[in-house]
Amino acid sequence: MKMSSDNLRLLVPILSLLLLLAGVFYLQPRAMSYMGLNLLFNLAVPIALATIAQMLIMSVNDLDLSMGTFVSFVACVTATYLNDTPALGALILLAAIAVYAVMGVVIHLRNLPSIVVTLGMSFIWAGLAVLLLPAPGGTAPVWIRSLMTSKPPVVPMAIIASAIIAVVAHVIVMRSSFGVLIRGVGGNQRSVERAGWSIIAARGGAYALAACFAVAAGITLVGLATSADANIALRYTLLSIAGVILGGGEFTGGRVSPIGAVIGALTLTLAGSFLSFLRISPDWQIGAQGVILILVLALRLIFSGRTAKTGRSAKT
Amino acid sequence: MRAIFAKPWIWSFLAALAVWAATVAVTAGSSMQGLSQAALTFAAFSVMVGIGQMFVITLGPGNIDLSVPATMTLAGTIALKLMDTNDGMILQGLAVTLLIGVTVGVANYTLIKLLRIPPIIATLSMSFLVQSTAIWTNRGLRIKPPEFLAEFSIASTFGIPNVALIALVLSVLAWVLLHRTVYGRWIAAIGQSLPAARMAGVPVDGTRFVTYIFCAVMAALCGTLLSCFSGGAALNMGAEYLLISIAVVVIGGTAVAGGDSNVPGIWGASLFMFLVVSMLNTYGFGAGVRLIMTGLIIISVILVASGRQGGAR
Amino acid sequence: MLPHPVLEVEDVAIRFGEVQALDGVSLRVNPGECIGLVGHNGAGKSTIVSVINGGLTPHRGTISGDGQSLLSYGIGIARNRGVRCVFQELSLCPNLSIIENTRIMHRNLGGFGWRAKAAAIIAKSLDLVFPNHGIDVSASVGSLSIAERQMVEIAMAFSDAGTPPRLVILDEPTSSLDAGLAAQLLAHVRRFVESGGSVLLISHILHEVLSTAGRIIVMKDGRISSERVAAAFTQATLVEAMGSVASAVEARNVTAKSTETALSLALPRGIPFAARRGEVVGFAGLGGHGQTDMLLALFEHHSSRWLPRRDPEVAFVAGDRRENGIFELWSILRNMTIAALPDLSPRGFVQAGAETGRGADWKSRIGIRTPDMNNRILSLSGGNQQKVLFARALSTRAPVVLMDDPMRGVDVGTKQEVYRIIRAEADAGRTFVWYSTEMEEMSLCDRVYVFREGAIVEGLSGEAISERAILAASFAGAAE
Repeated sequence: MKMSSDNLRLLVPILSLLLLLAGVFYLQPRAMSYMGLNLLFNLAVPIALATIAQMLIMSVNDLDLSMGTFVSFVACVTATYLNDTPALGALILLAAIAVYAVMGVVIHLRNLPSIVVTLGMSFIWAGLAVLLLPAPGGTAPVWIRSLMTSKPPVVPMAIIASAIIAVVAHVIVMRSSFGVLIRGVGGNQRSVERAGWSIIAARGGAYALAACFAVAAGITLVGLATSADANIALRYTLLSIAGVILGGGEFTGGRVSPIGAVIGALTLTLAGSFLSFLRISPDWQIGAQGVILILVLALRLIFSGRTAKTGRSAKT
Repeated sequence: MRAIFAKPWIWSFLAALAVWAATVAVTAGSSMQGLSQAALTFAAFSVMVGIGQMFVITLGPGNIDLSVPATMTLAGTIALKLMDTNDGMILQGLAVTLLIGVTVGVANYTLIKLLRIPPIIATLSMSFLVQSTAIWTNRGLRIKPPEFLAEFSIASTFGIPNVALIALVLSVLAWVLLHRTVYGRWIAAIGQSLPAARMAGVPVDGTRFVTYIFCAVMAALCGTLLSCFSGGAALNMGAEYLLISIAVVVIGGTAVAGGDSNVPGIWGASLFMFLVVSMLNTYGFGAGVRLIMTGLIIISVILVASGRQGGAR
Repeated sequence: MLPHPVLEVEDVAIRFGEVQALDGVSLRVNPGECIGLVGHNGAGKSTIVSVINGGLTPHRGTISGDGQSLLSYGIGIARNRGVRCVFQELSLCPNLSIIENTRIMHRNLGGFGWRAKAAAIIAKSLDLVFPNHGIDVSASVGSLSIAERQMVEIAMAFSDAGTPPRLVILDEPTSSLDAGLAAQLLAHVRRFVESGGSVLLISHILHEVLSTAGRIIVMKDGRISSERVAAAFTQATLVEAMGSVASAVEARNVTAKSTETALSLALPRGIPFAARRGEVVGFAGLGGHGQTDMLLALFEHHSSRWLPRRDPEVAFVAGDRRENGIFELWSILRNMTIAALPDLSPRGFVQAGAETGRGADWKSRIGIRTPDMNNRILSLSGGNQQKVLFARALSTRAPVVLMDDPMRGVDVGTKQEVYRIIRAEADAGRTFVWYSTEMEEMSLCDRVYVFREGAIVEGLSGEAISERAILAASFAGAAE
């Protein structure tokens, strides 16, 4: 059977996830239950959403270093304004999405490095978050709290939500015209421009859509955590980048995979539980995550090396 | 005079001066001496990591070292532990600092090359490992630095803080490397176009390898010095230097797209960054406003810099 | 009365910095005709194509279509008028499938079920132009071979999704196609023209142009130098009208060369490569068939990525100046001395005096036209930038110089100067390995290797080097 490169791209993330899952079940058979799975994957939902957001930015060859602070900011808004005065809260979040769109447009118009612009933005979001909630606090709106803690029959909420996120993102990015356009910008911006498309609109749109997913990440995070603080999601910047890469995405060339990104996010979440089940000393938890990241990347190299050889003659 | 204003670094100095004056004015001059001393001291640490990061950023788009904070922490922790408040062990402590820098740099570039992954993700993975090693060695204990180093790092010579003098010496060294040696030419060439540098016969891998080591060594030195200065190594002491090290490079007028670096600008930017924070403190603003200001400064600088470049093309 | 032309440009002029790319060009495309456009590299063919497809706005001149003047002409307007273009470089997104690329190319193809529509449109066009093509339209472009990509690009230009193509510009469309596919394409061009469409055909392969075009326009140095019906040209008169470049240079050195091998490379398949001391070895064949890869492999084998070396074995002259040639932020001097820097830097420190001296020396030897070597490299014209790259390679002590189609976009005068320098250096014992897409330049070589599909398939030397022999070897096997 001939495998398309897209399917092959998904193989490594799926394998890594299954391997980790098998490891977890082996170490802790009790995890193989409704409650166990829910616990394992609970925190995956906001991470998956943030990973999709990062993936959208990466599909136009940019990188968002402000993802973590932005999600934290959204969490702070959710736990304060969105709870107390929902209309005003929604307005603030819409404005934040607009800021992202503007950021995309400015980055394109002035040909700025996205890393530096988002680095600057990360200070701004962090500042706003600290102004909103100088100390941990706030309350999660009841509706998101009940949504995130609901217990649907048979399959835990976290898994259902992850599947929905993957399908929605897949439809938008891989099936819709807009998704084709933004991946086209990542693949060969010049030719998309020559075909008469507005690259400004495409990039602005990609950033705005990314902001929508990031906002969803912030809201669901508060739903899980019940309250917020200004530093609640700082690690999401690195987690989201790692998630996209684990999921088979690439930094350039518009080669991304939404389903892979969600799987990457699940893998990262699971890695934490796996390590604690392994009874690795907490000192080495972070380091072991680094090792897992390196291993998956090495695994991918082996696989992509094989496809690169078959596809190489066509490339040059 | 025109020539001076054409230099990209002059603006960061003017901005630093303006902020300094504004702060001094509020306190009616009473803080002048203290503020200048503090600015030089704290700027010195940003300068050290900033120079290392600048060399890496000069290598061109995508080159960035995210392992700087972890390296600082690890170097500070292990060096202080080894010296164990013993003045006789200072040389060994410095040696182990350098060794840690070299090791992290070698590991970083090995990952970049071996896994063929962008530096940002390679140095990130490495920083996890380094940070864990630091946590493991530190075990939450705060070991004091040797007496001599502790005093040296807070003392001044001729009215200038010693750490600032060290940073100055390192800056001069960096400047000579960049502008007078073949190596400096090579990293500027690689930053403008890696394929062109390769085809011009530049040993691109060797040059990049050395640059990542240089950056890690600077971070390690800064880490040890900072932990001596602050009376012991803390696990989170490097955290704020990740963003600072990138920010001072950008604000200092180094081309973010690579190929053009700027040593004096690092000083201007480091002073400026510290002075802005202390000015906002003096005016009674909280952490939120400080962060927002920092962000706005970075974005305006990059906007202005891009406008300049666009005009020249 | 004649029908209105599909598109007409009048007295168009364009400058790029120091270079006058177009200087008063007028061109009229009537419905139902195929115009052949020929000329050497840098004659302005690609520039006029960019004007017609709306990518470049001329500094002078007017554009009109169907009898009305088009004041605000641009890419969007051109596409809406049915102007399509197949470029030399890849203009598809390699990460997308053929269907998705069709979606990108046709803006009005949206709505529910667009995938099925796009698949039908591109499949129909592929079947029409290249019967029995065997390409799966759901495959990603990145997984196609060069020939398949080119076929998709061409089919894309002829495809119809609402706005039918009226003027299709084909810029070297057959450069990666074998003889059979090229014949299919040219047959389709004739059919398209018969049904009232217009085609602007640019090709180096003159018999294609002679047999397909109704009218031929010859360009030279940014102007139209000759324009006649195709029947009025023969291959010989066409070459003459283009202005043969090679004729002015002295014939190749026929005296016996040294037999000492300067460079060799064992290859997995095809004829092995070897170059002797003082020899000029040419790499010929259709573009993209492995010549550049071979040069890169030679360079890779004889230079180090890790350690600097005192005595370089090879130096490289890039053809794509922007991509892997010049350093845009630097002065002319720094651009020139970068390769020979270790020679000028005892103990690693660059000696400013020695560097300036080296610069002044080569400025006069190779004739770089600038008042000051400390000016930025971008202040130079393309031809002078290329001279700097030659000086960069020649000023090293490397005994072998590799050249990757270095004359792209260089004016005729500069070419002549550089040819002489190459000849003189070769006589002094330097070896040159020279890839070029210009047939005339191959006739300057002592020996020529012809490439096909990544391997050397033929070695020609001396009098045996001719356009006919090179073309025959380039296509051999494919026509069977």
